[in-house]
Amino acid sequence: MLIKKGAEANLYLEEWHGIKAIIKKRMPKKYRIYELDTKIRQTRTVREAQLIRNAKTVGIPSPIIYAIDLEKTTIIMKHIEGTRVKEVLNTPTFEKKQELCYQIGQLIGQLHNAGIIHGDLTTSNMIVSKNRIYLLDFGLGDHSIDLEERGVDLLLIKRAFQSAHYQYFKQCFDGLIKGYKQEVGEEMSKEVMKRLRDIERRGRYTSRGELHEG
Amino acid sequence: MMASEFICLGIESTAHTFGIGIASSENGVLVDVKSVYKPPIGAGIHPREAAQHHCEEAPSVINQALKEFGRKIDSIDTVAFSMGPGLGPALRTGATVARALATWLNKPLVPVHHAIAHIELASLLTGAKDPLVILVSGGHTTITAYAGRRWRVFGETEDITLGNLLDVFAREASLLSPGGPAVESLAKKGEKFIDLPYVVKGNDVSFSGLLTAAKKKLQMNYDLKDLCHSLQEVAFSMVAETSERALAFTEKKEVLLVGGVAANERLQQMISEIACEHNANFYVVPKRYSGDCGAQIAWTALLVHRSGIEVKVEKSYVKPKWRLDQVTIPWRDVQNCL
Ligand SMILES: Nc1ncnc2c1ncn2[C@@H]1O[C@H](COP(=O)(O)OP(=O)(O)OP(=O)(O)O)[C@@H](O)[C@H]1O
Ligand SMILES: Nc1ncnc2c1ncn2[C@@H]1O[C@H](COP(=O)(O)OP(=O)(O)OP(=O)(O)O)[C@@H](O)[C@H]1O
Ligand SMILES: [Mg+2]
Repeated sequence: MLIKKGAEANLYLEEWHGIKAIIKKRMPKKYRIYELDTKIRQTRTVREAQLIRNAKTVGIPSPIIYAIDLEKTTIIMKHIEGTRVKEVLNTPTFEKKQELCYQIGQLIGQLHNAGIIHGDLTTSNMIVSKNRIYLLDFGLGDHSIDLEERGVDLLLIKRAFQSAHYQYFKQCFDGLIKGYKQEVGEEMSKEVMKRLRDIERRGRYTSRGELHEG
Repeated sequence: MMASEFICLGIESTAHTFGIGIASSENGVLVDVKSVYKPPIGAGIHPREAAQHHCEEAPSVINQALKEFGRKIDSIDTVAFSMGPGLGPALRTGATVARALATWLNKPLVPVHHAIAHIELASLLTGAKDPLVILVSGGHTTITAYAGRRWRVFGETEDITLGNLLDVFAREASLLSPGGPAVESLAKKGEKFIDLPYVVKGNDVSFSGLLTAAKKKLQMNYDLKDLCHSLQEVAFSMVAETSERALAFTEKKEVLLVGGVAANERLQQMISEIACEHNANFYVVPKRYSGDCGAQIAWTALLVHRSGIEVKVEKSYVKPKWRLDQVTIPWRDVQNCL
């Protein structure tokens, strides 16, 4: 049964050898020319499986991978029952927004400490299940300890808060940064935050002036 | 004329274009005249030269606009200008003309945000009500949707813009300015796909690595048609992918493509495909109004002014770095939240 159409994949909830499983199939994109499309879908399928496994070994909650079929660019994984952070945060009666974001910050810190970049940190790629937060959708991720990549990771989640959760932006982002700092330490957190600001400035203000004059 | 009709003259001068538009609250765009500065082959826009061009062209553009308007000049109720973002010297030229006109006509002066003007005119012309907007131009590569009195940015470029990518590449290849249309027509004749770096980060794109690689291949004497084709395929696929991600996330039912690069047929095709995939209606700004123009400013100024926003002449400083998501929008009444 198709339960969700993501940007990259169709998500099916199916019976798989007697258990309920999520089947994530990265669909061919009509708009992309064939060579480019195939390469992208295959790379991301492999990446996702690899990074989820590595994230799990350092204790980050994420779905167990049951199987992967590279030909069909498909991953079969555990079904995480719960509610996405996107919906949880936008429930006005939910008061523990800052605490939830603190925990998200901790998870991101743990990922970064383990040399993993998520690559698509947004509130629809996190599910709250039995008081734990699960991270999903690692297809855009990477193994890296680069400041730049860490900065981009935080930028993505910051912007998700600014756009989709603007009413709660400050409490959410403050909470997240506190949790992140708790894991990576004061020094590293400062450096990553500084880089985040640099990246923001780069795209926003200078592109036109510099290049038009060149 | 109807007593309730309100007329605005708008001036655009953020970058390469000096434009005058006249819009009516009852009848939409009445007049749109412009003059576009074209740098010599192989060169980019120099801000001061663009400003010089605008100074020289302003009188004839204004005269032509008033002639086409055909009514008495005092039937104009407000004068508007693009206050930013853009190139400082170019912006200041437009602002100076606007201040002079407003003072002389003794009418209020209305400041307009240039990106919002792209979006508002496109909304008027296409009928899109609550779209996910993809704004691609020389100054922007931004994926945005309206909520809670502001345009919220879901994705954007982390370095150069899509328009800039095409323009700089075209410049290196000694093509005519503006680069986008030149690249487009060559791309149509390209056949072989040349692999180039494809970089997306969540809903964001980054084009600088792509530009460097494409320039290098140019020097290595790859076929220019194939290179244009491949550059478009890679760059536009990146925009389509990030737009689709934002669309899946926001679950909007409309997609609106705006900005100068929206004139590109291949990009239109890609974006319409992602809209269709998610059961959203696809809209694109009509080609005539896709690039910078005075009509965008004039029409948007009607909405801005209706919300009671004006600026005193002596306080009408331009804002070269004014961000889209810093502007409070009192006039849009979409009942939505995300
Ligand atoms: N293992 C899982 N258990 C439960 N729900 C899941 C699981 N994996 C995915 N989902 C649901 O499907 C949605 C899309 O999944 P996912 O983010 O992996 O797909 P995608 O196409 O890569 O997404 P995106 O639109 O972010 O690119 C998630 O937001 C979540 O609601
Ligand atoms: N057919 C086309 N295909 C691709 N690009 C195009 C096409 N026509 C115009 N462009 C590009 O559009 C850009 C100009 O767009 P526009 O006039 O909207 O923007 P701008 O003033 O440069 O930026 P902004 O409006 O954000 O301030 C240029 O980069 C130009 O090359
Ligand atoms: Mg996802």
